[in-house]
Amino acid sequence: MKFPLTMAAIALAALMPPADAAALQESGDPLASARWGEMQKAFLAGQQVLFDPRVKVSAPSTAENPLQVPVTVDATALSNVREVIVFADFNPIVQVLRFYPAGSGAYLGFRVKLQQSTPVRAAVRTADGLWHVGGTWVNTVGGGCTAPSAAASSPEWQQRLNEVSGRQWSEGPASGRLRLRIVHPMDTGLVAGTPAFYLEEIAFADAAGQPLMRLQTYEPVAENPVFTLQRGALAGPIEARGRDNNGNLFQARIAP
Amino acid sequence: MKRRFLCCALWLAGAVQAAGFDYGLSARPVAPDVHVFIGRSEDFTTANGGNIVNTGFIVAAQGVIVIDSGPSLRYGQQMRQAIAAVTPRPPVLLINTHHHPDHFLGNQAFSGLPIAALPSTIRGIAADGNAFAENLFRLSGDWLLGTEVLVPTQALAAGPLAVAGRQLELIALDGHTGADLAIYDSASGVLFAGDLVFNGRAPTTPHADIGHWLTALDQLEALTRRPGFTTLVPGHGAPTPDAAPIRQTRAWLTWLRESLHQAAEAGLDMNEVLARPLPPEFADLPVAASEYRRSVGHLFPAAEQAALK
Repeated sequence: MKFPLTMAAIALAALMPPADAAALQESGDPLASARWGEMQKAFLAGQQVLFDPRVKVSAPSTAENPLQVPVTVDATALSNVREVIVFADFNPIVQVLRFYPAGSGAYLGFRVKLQQSTPVRAAVRTADGLWHVGGTWVNTVGGGCTAPSAAASSPEWQQRLNEVSGRQWSEGPASGRLRLRIVHPMDTGLVAGTPAFYLEEIAFADAAGQPLMRLQTYEPVAENPVFTLQRGALAGPIEARGRDNNGNLFQARIAP
Repeated sequence: MKRRFLCCALWLAGAVQAAGFDYGLSARPVAPDVHVFIGRSEDFTTANGGNIVNTGFIVAAQGVIVIDSGPSLRYGQQMRQAIAAVTPRPPVLLINTHHHPDHFLGNQAFSGLPIAALPSTIRGIAADGNAFAENLFRLSGDWLLGTEVLVPTQALAAGPLAVAGRQLELIALDGHTGADLAIYDSASGVLFAGDLVFNGRAPTTPHADIGHWLTALDQLEALTRRPGFTTLVPGHGAPTPDAAPIRQTRAWLTWLRESLHQAAEAGLDMNEVLARPLPPEFADLPVAASEYRRSVGHLFPAAEQAALK
């Protein structure tokens, strides 16, 4: 049963294309996950939630490699995005990351480790306090969170920990894009004898220190994370600074 | 009485299962005394039981030389029966061309024989064999019941190998995996190329180094230009009297490498790379779409890393 939309949602729907407006939903998980209720309690308790097709979460419907499942969250169709939470209902560690767009668009590409088939969702908070939720099911063979990282079998990462490579694109179809790779094992702590060891925070800013995006990452983000951002019209070099849960810091400058 | 009934029921169940796990192997001659079993051009499924692979054997003067043992104990057993239907001579040597599970999980059926492979293939089977077997069990189900990894016992080196009265030439290459053995049978002119060559099926790349693979293909193509060459047996797909499958495999790998390189240079994210359509020349190639998706997962991270430096 579909419940009638609240006034806020009706007002929103009036501004949207009819197909999108028809897909707006305030209850009844469109992904039909038995865990949605728990997810809502854990992340969005007591707050107004709208399943919104403008929150686009892209991932392969069948992920060949559960250690590196690509996910792209695109909420650029919404304005005034303040916060985005990404979580996977059936992962042993549910929370994947959070990001706070400032100068950048509400867009982030990354890869995630999945332990079993699960919805991957993004909950997007706009300035009016409303949470817009989108997501997609990913089927996978499993084992992504309890498999040892590649770093576990090679000491090379110790010399290269937190090494950053990155690039900006200013022309072509990817114009306005920033991509960044950080060497890090991103150990989940779910492999016996290997404690959780993962990046926790990355902040992007322009050369003048104006924030582009702040990113909080958790254990399920894939080893040697790669992030794709839309820096938009901003020009010039971009500074990325971050740290992991052992206090190791990194800082890198990505030339335009 | 009750017990007898139970036995009867089990026997019936066994009979039904056995009928259901028949790979239908029948040896196909490609040259005098040289035979192959041709697998399907499919992905691993519970319907094909993993029979997507080519295996073969050479009937030599003093026994049978077996090349690869298939995806399961059952396959290996049925392969032995099918060999016995061709010749009364016993198998004397099994060679594994590389460390992928569809090529060695039938080894158990040949236990007691010398099982030979390149040294790093032996190491790969010892290290990853069980994980591969588990994965294949998940994909192909009960066809693999009872299958256990049997690690080759004898290390091979490149060069001539005299065995059972037959003169083989072992060509140690790599690129599909870290060690890929091709076998040239001088008497018949048959070249067993292993999984360096795919025919009518998109190549698999979980352990591929495309640069090395392309070099290996050039070496294999040179062998097909020898005066005595008669037949190319690819690891997957039909045998041919020419090098066409080598060129087909090269075309796919060249396109794949270039396409991933360009995508990374253009700043695409992995999801965008996955969403790209196949070029028309490969659109009808069996399992091209699924192998492309897998290959993006295997190979795009390195292409990306190169572009981000």
